[in-house]
Amino acid sequence: MKEKIADLEEKARRLRVAIVKTLHKSQSGHTGGSLSAIDMVCALYFHKMRHNPAEPAWDGRDRFVLSKGHAAPALYVTLAECGYFPAEDLMMLRRLGSHLQGHPDSKGTPGVDVCTGSLGQGLSMANGMALGLKLDGKENRVYAVLGDGELQEGQIWEAAMAAAHYKSDNLCALIDSNGLQIDGDVAKVMNVSSISDKFKAFGWNVIEIDGHDMGQIVAALDQAEAHKGAPTAIVAKTVKGKGVHLFENKASYHGVTPNDDELPEALRCLGCCD
Amino acid sequence: MGRRTHTERDLTMIATRDAYGEALAELGGENDKIVVLDADLSGSTKTGVFAKKFPNRFFNMGIAEANMVGTAAGLAAVGKVPFLSTFAIFAAGRGWEQIRQSVAYPKANVKIVATHGGVTVGEDGGSHQSVEDVAIMRAIPNMTVIVPADGEETKGAIRAAAAYKGPVYVRLGRNKVPSVFPAGHQFEIGKGVVVVPGTDLTFITTGLMTAAAVTAAEKLKAEGISARVLHIGTIKPLDKELVLQAAEETGAIVTAEEHSVVGGLGGAVAEFLAETRPTLMKRVGIHDRFGTSGKSDELLKYFGLNAETLIEEAREIVSRKK
Ligand SMILES: Cc1ncc(C[n+]2csc(CCOP(=O)(O)OP(=O)(O)O)c2C)c(N)n1
Ligand SMILES: [Mg+2]
Repeated sequence: MKEKIADLEEKARRLRVAIVKTLHKSQSGHTGGSLSAIDMVCALYFHKMRHNPAEPAWDGRDRFVLSKGHAAPALYVTLAECGYFPAEDLMMLRRLGSHLQGHPDSKGTPGVDVCTGSLGQGLSMANGMALGLKLDGKENRVYAVLGDGELQEGQIWEAAMAAAHYKSDNLCALIDSNGLQIDGDVAKVMNVSSISDKFKAFGWNVIEIDGHDMGQIVAALDQAEAHKGAPTAIVAKTVKGKGVHLFENKASYHGVTPNDDELPEALRCLGCCD
Repeated sequence: MGRRTHTERDLTMIATRDAYGEALAELGGENDKIVVLDADLSGSTKTGVFAKKFPNRFFNMGIAEANMVGTAAGLAAVGKVPFLSTFAIFAAGRGWEQIRQSVAYPKANVKIVATHGGVTVGEDGGSHQSVEDVAIMRAIPNMTVIVPADGEETKGAIRAAAAYKGPVYVRLGRNKVPSVFPAGHQFEIGKGVVVVPGTDLTFITTGLMTAAAVTAAEKLKAEGISARVLHIGTIKPLDKELVLQAAEETGAIVTAEEHSVVGGLGGAVAEFLAETRPTLMKRVGIHDRFGTSGKSDELLKYFGLNAETLIEEAREIVSRKK
C-alpha cells in the first residue's frame, strides 16, 4: 500500500508539471484550481475508477464529472497520461480547432462524458448518471469534483437534496475546499461554511480529509464506496495553486497562467530540471 | 449627428466594460439610490470600481446568479436602483426566469449589465460565449435591450439606463474596441444613428460590428458602392423609423451582430420589415451554432464577423438588386 501511495504521489507530481507546461504554452486558463484538484483527480484515475482509455465509451466504466469545469487542465493532463489522447494535444489547449476546449466538452474529447464550465450544474448531472446506472442494475460509481465557491450556486443544494432523497450511494462528491474564489476568500465573498455540516444536514455521508495527502484521499475513496444508503461528500482541505509557491493561496492566480519568468521556478518547485 | 468621415475617425480603443466601470462609479456619486450587485466577477465586469468607492452599496452575492437577480428585484421594490453584473451567459442564462418573473413581469427598476457577451470571450470557449442572450432578453415583455458600439456610447447607455424607470439589459464586451462615436455623444434609448450616409445598401449593425461596418463602407466607396451604416444601439425598442427609411431609400439591408442570427438584431429587423416593407436582406452573425475556444480576433474571422464579410455581402446584395 505504501508503495502504491508513493506511486500515486509521483504521478501527481508529473501531472502538476504537465499542468504548468500546458498552461504556460496556452497562456490562457486556470492555474490555481487545477493545481488544487489534481491530487484527487490523480487518485480517481490511477487508483479508484474502473475505466479503459482504449475504449472511452466502455459500458463498464465509472463516471467522472468535473463540475468545476475551469480546472479542465487537471482533467486533460490526466486523460493524456492515461492514454485517452496523445500528450501533444495538450499543447493545443484552448486553440481554435482543438478538441481541448477551455472547459470540458464531451463532443470532442475522448474520456469526457458531459460538458461543464458553467458552475453549479455538475452535481445534478452526476446524480442523474448515478440514478440511471442504478436503474440498469449496474455497480458503477460516479465521482464529481466541485469547487468551494461553486457551492454558492443553489442548484448544488437542489442536487444534494435529490441525491440523498434517492439514496444515491453510488455517487461521491469531492469538494476542493481551497478557500478561494475569483473575488477573494470564499469566507469573505459569500460564506459557505460549514461545508461538512451542510452536507450532513442534507443527509450525506461526510468525510473530511487533507486533499493533498494521497493516503487520506485513497482511504476516503475506499470508505465512500463502502458506505451504503447515502451519497458521500469528501470535503478536502486544499491549497489553491498547490505545489508552486508562486501561485499558492493567491486568488490572483485563479485565471492567470505561468509566464516565461515564472516557468523555470515553477518547474523547479515541482522537482523538474528540464 | 454622429456622422463621421474617415479622417475624423477616432482610433482610441476601449473595452465597453471599462467604460461601464467608470460610468457606474461616477453615477454612484450623483445618485445614492444606486446599488450594485455582482456574482464573483467584479474584477472582470468592472463593478469593482464602484465597490471600491461605495463599499456599503455594493453586494457581492457569490457565485449565485439567480439569487442575485431576485435580490436586485427586492432592492428595486424598496426604491433602490440596482445594477447587477456578471458575464452575459450567466446573467441572461442562469438568471433568465428570475429576470422574467421577478424583474420584467412587475416592471421592476433593475438594470442588468452583462459583460463578456459574444464570441470575443475567446479561449474560455463555447460554454462561456453567449450567442443568444439578446434573443432571450428581447423576447421578454417590458425589457429594454441595449448593445453599445463603443466606450462612449456605453457611458451614455449606462446613464440613460439609470434615468429610465424599468428593466434594462445592457450587453457589453470583453475586449477593447475601436471608437465609433465622439466624446460627449448623446445616447437616447430607442434611437438609432446613421454613422455613415449611403444610398446603395444599408448595414444595420450593433455592438462591435458597427466599427467593422464603417470600415467596410469606406472600402466599398472605392469600388463605387455607397453603403449606409445605421447603428442600432437599442435592439428593443427598435428604431423602426430609421430602419424603414433605410429600406425605402437603399432597398437592401445587411444586418450584422456578434450574436446568433436567430432572434437578435437581424431577427428584429427581419420581423419588422417582413410585415411592413419586404426588402432584400442578409443577416451576418453566428449561424445557429455554439462558439468555440480561440483568440477573439481569430474567432471574429472564423465566424465571419468582420469588414471582409460585410464587403462580400454588400457586393452580393447590390448585384441582386439590379
Ligand atoms: C455559473 C457560473 N458563474 C460564474 C462563473 C465564473 N467563474 C469561473 S471559476 C469561478 C470561481 C470558482 O471558485 P471555486 O468554485 O472555489 O473554484 P476554485 O477555487 O477551485 O478554482 C467563477 C466565478 C462560472 N464559470 N459559472
Ligand atoms: Mg475555491
